[in-house]
Amino acid sequence: MKTVFKGGVTAVALFAAYAVQADQEANLVINEDIEITVRTDAPEHLENLSTIYSGWVFRSSETQALQMDDFENPGMIFVDDAIDSWNTVEGSAGESCASCHGAPEELAGVRAVYPKWNDEAEEVRTIAMQVNDCRTSQMGAEEWKYDGGDMINMEALIASVSRGMTVNVATDGPAQSMWEKGRDIYYTRFGQLDLSCANCHEDNYDNNIRADHLSQGQVNGFPTYRLKNAKLNGVHSRFRGCIRDTRAETYGVGTEEFIALELYVASRGNGLSVEGPSVRN
Amino acid sequence: MADNVKPRVRVPRDATAGEEITIKTLISHPMESGQRKDGDGNVIPRSIINRFTCTFNGETVIDVTLEPAISTNPYFEFQAIVPETGTFEFTWYDDDGAVYTDSKEITVG
Repeated sequence: MKTVFKGGVTAVALFAAYAVQADQEANLVINEDIEITVRTDAPEHLENLSTIYSGWVFRSSETQALQMDDFENPGMIFVDDAIDSWNTVEGSAGESCASCHGAPEELAGVRAVYPKWNDEAEEVRTIAMQVNDCRTSQMGAEEWKYDGGDMINMEALIASVSRGMTVNVATDGPAQSMWEKGRDIYYTRFGQLDLSCANCHEDNYDNNIRADHLSQGQVNGFPTYRLKNAKLNGVHSRFRGCIRDTRAETYGVGTEEFIALELYVASRGNGLSVEGPSVRN
Repeated sequence: MADNVKPRVRVPRDATAGEEITIKTLISHPMESGQRKDGDGNVIPRSIINRFTCTFNGETVIDVTLEPAISTNPYFEFQAIVPETGTFEFTWYDDDGAVYTDSKEITVG
């Protein structure tokens, strides 16, 4: 009896060790076709990191596997929904996304360079802002809610056609002041816990924060299907979650602060591949 | 009527006779359990896929009863042995009476 009991304990311990262990040497190839860069040299502006990693490498091998095949990736269900809305005529102009842009694949490469400076509007725009601009000024349709279901699904569709392309967000030129603002927010401590983004995602990535394995907080995989809430999650909602966890009052989704932060965080991933919709825990 | 219900199936295109192949199926469906209440305290009526079947050339491969505790977008993965070239037929039965089907051909060479 005693021996059996001991054996049981060992088995549990082994299982526990296995469950938390991520395969950090693994490489990501989606559908045995699209090669994803999950680790590469950090961009020059990053002084404190030498290598940047996609959040994918920090996940358990089971979670990693979900992203290797579109059939297994629950995020692709939402991409299918977005294809339906892509082809749906809405608004007073009688247009759909497809009437101007053709197939979603025409937007390949877009996700890799956003957020991006828009000359006409003289502002840095996220994909969500651009989609809403299309909806209001081209289609005569209602705006979608920022980080709402329709918008996130559309962002996932736009990201999915750029998968494998290298993130290359412009940090200079007219976008520079927003980028610097984002960098300031990244290194500012927030909340009762007095934590900046950098405290976790730069100083302590690859360490555990209680049961969570901290990543570098890269956003190349957004929108992200999270197993914990079984839906796609946007970058700004994720920022909100992080800042809330520092016990601070957070900025709202779609605010200038978060747009600046998204631009800066995206630029920290210059060199990684677009992965969205990715699968995380 | 559940919205955005869309069946998806993956079957290899070809196989050798007697080979054990893996079939993956997924149907997007909210699988409302009937246990939840809305903001006003009213019970949200049950709306689930209650049965899933797969046949090969008319012969049953799998026939599953689904219960309300099964989560959103039910996914099935199972093995089948294919003796000959033929067609897999997949059928999902919704609580609301709707029936969703998909089929895949497989060539045995």
